[in-house]
Amino acid sequence: MEQKSNGLMGWIDARFPATKMWEDHLSKYYAPKNFNFWYFFGSLAIMVLVIQILSGVFLAMFYKPDTAMAFQSVEMGIMRDVEWGWLIRYFHSTGASAFFIVVYMHMFRGLIYGSYKKPRELVWIFGVLIFLALMAEGFMGYLLPWGQMSFWGAQVIINLVSAIPFVGEDLGIWVRGDFVIGDATLNRFFSLHIVAIPLILIGLIVAHIIALHEVGSNNPDGVEIKKNKDENGIPKDGIPFHPYYSVKDIVGVIVFLMFFSIVVFFMPEMFGYFLEHANFEPANPLKTPEHIAPVWYFTPYYSVLRAVPSIAGSAFPGVIAMGAAIVILFFLPWLDRNPVKSIRYRSDWYKGLVALFVITFIILGVLGTLAPTDGRTLLAQICTIYYFAFFLLMPFYTKFEKNKPVPDRVTM
Amino acid sequence: MAMISTTLVMAGGGGFPTSPANTNVDDMESLQRGAKVFSEYCLSCHSAKFVRFNRVATDLGMSESDVMDNLNNLGVKFGSTMTAVMTKEYAKEAFGAEPPDLSLVARSRGADWLYTYLTGFYTDETKTTGHNNVIFKDVGMPNVFWKQEGIKKAVYEEHDGHQVLVGTEIVEKGSMPAEEFDTMIRDLVNFLQYIGEPNQSYRKSLGYGVLIFLAIFFGFAYAMKKDYWKDVH
Repeated sequence: MEQKSNGLMGWIDARFPATKMWEDHLSKYYAPKNFNFWYFFGSLAIMVLVIQILSGVFLAMFYKPDTAMAFQSVEMGIMRDVEWGWLIRYFHSTGASAFFIVVYMHMFRGLIYGSYKKPRELVWIFGVLIFLALMAEGFMGYLLPWGQMSFWGAQVIINLVSAIPFVGEDLGIWVRGDFVIGDATLNRFFSLHIVAIPLILIGLIVAHIIALHEVGSNNPDGVEIKKNKDENGIPKDGIPFHPYYSVKDIVGVIVFLMFFSIVVFFMPEMFGYFLEHANFEPANPLKTPEHIAPVWYFTPYYSVLRAVPSIAGSAFPGVIAMGAAIVILFFLPWLDRNPVKSIRYRSDWYKGLVALFVITFIILGVLGTLAPTDGRTLLAQICTIYYFAFFLLMPFYTKFEKNKPVPDRVTM
Repeated sequence: MAMISTTLVMAGGGGFPTSPANTNVDDMESLQRGAKVFSEYCLSCHSAKFVRFNRVATDLGMSESDVMDNLNNLGVKFGSTMTAVMTKEYAKEAFGAEPPDLSLVARSRGADWLYTYLTGFYTDETKTTGHNNVIFKDVGMPNVFWKQEGIKKAVYEEHDGHQVLVGTEIVEKGSMPAEEFDTMIRDLVNFLQYIGEPNQSYRKSLGYGVLIFLAIFFGFAYAMKKDYWKDVH
């Protein structure tokens, strides 16, 4: 691959930039040599995407998007009658949760090493868009098995749309395609889940990677490796992605697959977090479950929603807060005014604020799975205030930080 | 036998603590006994519409004639699913609600809940069935095992001035010794757990193989990574 050949590759390269693309994105894409544990999650996200697409293709061959047949097509057809159907379904259900775990870790990496800062603002923005698309994908996919939680979870979320003043009612009907969640809703969610959102997701991922490869990868030291190049124009601290990171990421993939397999083969329900117990009962619009909890990956934002008190019986303020909690992520590159990227060379108190942010996010997630009590609501309100304060006060507090000296070259 | 539970696991709904069912879906004899109890006592009113007789025969090591003679009350085809003897309309009239399908009840409720429920009936004259249940208050289902288990009364304890239901106590012995009855219920719960996910044993056995494969694969991949990276400092 190193030289232009006259054979088949030469023929192809004269017509399609195969070798050029290979070199630009893999064999001559120079990545910093000091990637640590946190840098596995990007390639793992792609790995999970592939798992979801492949397993999804096979599930769609047997699934029936019809309220009269959906539950049975999953719980009898796929889980019992289709050869290996149960395994494919568990890949897909575990993959959904795994996708969010991997993406949350990936976002945390970006946060601590300042990967959202100039010149990588667009990499970050495409990433937040991917996160949004992933949430839509997960939400719509969850309706498809047509269990009790599928139905009532969707009911809760679509009612949020209806909480919007003036246009809410009509908007809710437009989303459902009916006055209640029914066949029309299931059919459109199926279409969006298997065609529209995956297309958007893949497009955004391509944009995310193109933007990344244009500016180059950040690293745990937050040092721009392109500032120190050798006589051939190759960054001194860079190594070709292939073979160095391809062989390294394979190790990460295998370790990931071990954890993934432990869930798929030994605890596919993951104690009711990946597959909720109530979802093994078919959807019943006449029987409201005692406790409706969204799937765990939505619970931090669900907590924010519940933490904000209703005004005149309308949940709209909560809806605004929930939306704002995600939208605020888009502005992170401009909220953080500290020129130093990596947390390694930032003040100790900033490290404390980030640690507290992580704890807050986890507390919000746990609270979202539980029924609200007065004490829990108060805790959720405190955490919500901290969540927003962490971002909104950033332009002020980052100015007062005493940074440590940043090295010129990366450290191993 | 006062069945007072010591576990602190709170089940959804009643708030009554569940007792461990201690089931083992690899115990074929227990599953076979459970299947017979299921067909005798449950299939009259309940269905298990996702469960095929031939699949049960294969998984539980039973012959076709065994299944057709002992489990298949309605005499449907070997490859058919388990339907209730009673029609839905009749059941709704008799019990006020359609008895739920039991294919996935072990997955929605959990084995421990089922065990606590099935052993948790007690006499309550205020109810039309004459029974109530510790974990499923005012349940519409009659206690189908009362002859075997005997007549039981609720046991209350006082906590902070409130009478709290803590368990049940036999007042009149049934036709079955307590231990035999307990085994029968555990067999039944075991069978319910099996039909909840017929592949579960195979799933786990396959899992060990997959993990061993990945562990070996990890060894090679890690060695390859080490080799490629030896010059990176």
